[in-house]
Amino acid sequence: MTVGSAPSLLRFVTAGSVDDGKSTLIGRLLYDAKGLMRDQVRALGQGRNRTEPDEGDLDLALVTDGLEAEREQGITIDVAYRYFATPNRSFIIADAPGHEQYTRNLVTAASTADVVVVLVDAARTQGKPLKIQTRRHMTLAHMLGLTIVVAVNKMDAVGWSKSVFEDLASKARHLARALGAEPHAIVPISAKAGDNVVERRGTDAWYAGPTLMDVLETVPALDLAARGPLRMPVQRVAVQDGRRLYQGRVESGLVRVGDPVVVAPSRRTSTVAAIETFDGPLGVAVAGQSVSLVLADDLDVARGDLLAAPGVPLAHAVVADLCWLDETPWRPGTKYLLKQGAATSQARIDAIVHVRDVAGLSEARPADGLSLNDIAQVRLKAGMPLLADRFEDVPAVGGFVLIDPLTNQTAAAGMIQAAA
Amino acid sequence: MTTDVITRPARTPVGGGPPPGQARRPALDALDRLESEAIHILRDVAGHAARPALLYSGGKDSAVLLHIARKAFWPAPVPFPLLHVDTGHNFPDVIAYRDAQAAAIGADLLVARVEDSIARGTVRLARATDSRNAAQAVTLLEAIEEHGFDALFGGARRDEEKSRAKERIVSHRDSFGQWNPKAQRPELWNLYNARVQPGEHVRVFPLSNWTERDVWSYIAREAIPLPAIYFAHPRAVVRRGGLLVPVTDLTPPLPGETVETLSVRFRTVGDITCTCPVASTATDLAAIIDETDLADVSERGATRLDDQASEAAMERRKREGYF
Ligand SMILES: Nc1nc2c(ncn2[C@@H]2O[C@H](COP(=O)(O)OP(=O)(O)OP(=O)(O)O)[C@@H](O)[C@H]2O)c(=O)[nH]1
Repeated sequence: MTVGSAPSLLRFVTAGSVDDGKSTLIGRLLYDAKGLMRDQVRALGQGRNRTEPDEGDLDLALVTDGLEAEREQGITIDVAYRYFATPNRSFIIADAPGHEQYTRNLVTAASTADVVVVLVDAARTQGKPLKIQTRRHMTLAHMLGLTIVVAVNKMDAVGWSKSVFEDLASKARHLARALGAEPHAIVPISAKAGDNVVERRGTDAWYAGPTLMDVLETVPALDLAARGPLRMPVQRVAVQDGRRLYQGRVESGLVRVGDPVVVAPSRRTSTVAAIETFDGPLGVAVAGQSVSLVLADDLDVARGDLLAAPGVPLAHAVVADLCWLDETPWRPGTKYLLKQGAATSQARIDAIVHVRDVAGLSEARPADGLSLNDIAQVRLKAGMPLLADRFEDVPAVGGFVLIDPLTNQTAAAGMIQAAA
Repeated sequence: MTTDVITRPARTPVGGGPPPGQARRPALDALDRLESEAIHILRDVAGHAARPALLYSGGKDSAVLLHIARKAFWPAPVPFPLLHVDTGHNFPDVIAYRDAQAAAIGADLLVARVEDSIARGTVRLARATDSRNAAQAVTLLEAIEEHGFDALFGGARRDEEKSRAKERIVSHRDSFGQWNPKAQRPELWNLYNARVQPGEHVRVFPLSNWTERDVWSYIAREAIPLPAIYFAHPRAVVRRGGLLVPVTDLTPPLPGETVETLSVRFRTVGDITCTCPVASTATDLAAIIDETDLADVSERGATRLDDQASEAAMERRKREGYF
């Protein structure tokens, strides 16, 4: 929404299988883009000596592998967030784990990202099909609406072979297309040596395309919420001089004083009498703004309700894509807590439409259970009418989570596909 | 195949101009968005939790957090108490500021004293002058139990330190106050899960996505008052381990060290025994922001005596309940 010339923000996540080089890549980006402080660089030289280490001795993966267990096991367990800026753009990077066991942490990271950088390990994948985790990650990222960038990594280990790159690029493109996506860019890199990440070192004479940093600085930062219909979940109600102020963040669209609004789920209608904030009243509020709305009529609006543009779709049952994130498998018949916007209701999975077979690319198989990392389509019934916005139309409110009421674990992430 | 094609969200590229009929939309800048995200988190968790509190030390991050909490709940007052875990080793300036700010907004300020935990015997220190920073976790957990808090807002940022960079915005603590970094709850979009069993609580970090520069820029934009030690002032210090250690009753110079009076400011404020200032001539916020842009050592690296000992020091303390 930043229409002016202020540097835009890009949130991206790295994905790919274990050891494809995700953490190394982020360390490299930060190091080459001067996003690391001196004391942080010193800590990469195995944390022992107190002098500046030579670049070759740096273990760049340590930039983000911030947990003891991660450093011990040499793998990433949970997402690390890093912040840096170039003169052209600021970035929030999420380093997500590759290991299948921690897929839910990749889903966590991807849910707030604009772009995914899917790494493919040229050394270990050449002449072979793409790894299952590569497929799973690309599938999840696409479901979550991310723009896909592919980085074919470890090109140093295959002697910068053009044919290896082209073979893997074509496999990655094929996978994306099977999902209905088109990769924004496919870039050969060496994260370890730093070739074609931020700088070119001439090893890739046959490659005329952009560096990965060029891609990241120019890929459109997409604003999911700007164009949708008004959706403002009511988080709190405050009272001032007899007026009721409905407090929440505009998640989609915009609202002006005088606009007609519908309260969901009651479907009562009113108009916006005022838009208030601590810093003074506004004439208009747009997606991303936290405000307090005053309505012209005295309606019974409570926390968990939604203020929306007329025509808002509501339904007691929906069909949704679902990622199961809990080690405890789905218990058929159980009522889960469904959180969407500011509302929490009870919901039950009525039927599994299919579970996606990640290995077999896009074919789905019938199933009667859901367990950790399953990607499924389900039919879901709720105790209260749900906001039935399709995730692809209004991602800010078309997504929900299921919480297990026994353990309080976040059990699944859902994306509404249709009212049912 | 058709059922397997996942359709993508319709998206509007930034810079593509406003959609027809929606001209002159106000543009949100990066600080607007960070502020709004923090407000959303505060409102969400406060609506869910039975007994929340806001950790308030009088430091710059908690000053920003309190300022945003006022905005979030306005016209209502901040609907929860402030909690300070007081090591007793404070900069007097900061304590005066803490009390004045809480009084100015009519907030309920609870002070949990490490001193009291020492008297109870739940905190034991080898020497009376030892750093009480790590002991804060014990006192904090005692306060949580005493008051039955189920959600604690804190001003920690992910850019501060590597184990913080790993933490969820809403971060679960078990009934012993422990963080289990290997089994964090998934956190999707902006749907936070603050549900706890009795005796458990969540730590909530509305400023997770802020950088040190964002904090300074926001303080300048909003004209948030700060304790004077954040601005350059002459102070007696010694040089130790690459840091400037302030000379106080609790931190006397070691044999062989030379006391110098330098122009310094604090980038972060905590227990007096482990917080170090940096050399600086920045007497106003604009100058501090300029220095922040040029800094080549991280906030913690430049200022904390205790974290330097071990890479994993902070993670261990956090697992045990530290904030
Ligand atoms: N030859 C070569 N090795 C690389 C390159 N990038 C990474 N590696 C090595 O690959 C191994 C794995 O790298 P990491 O960055 O830890 O992998 P990861 O993808 O983050 O792994 P997880 O986070 O555990 O999924 C390390 O030994 C790296 O040094 C590269 O460009 N070339």
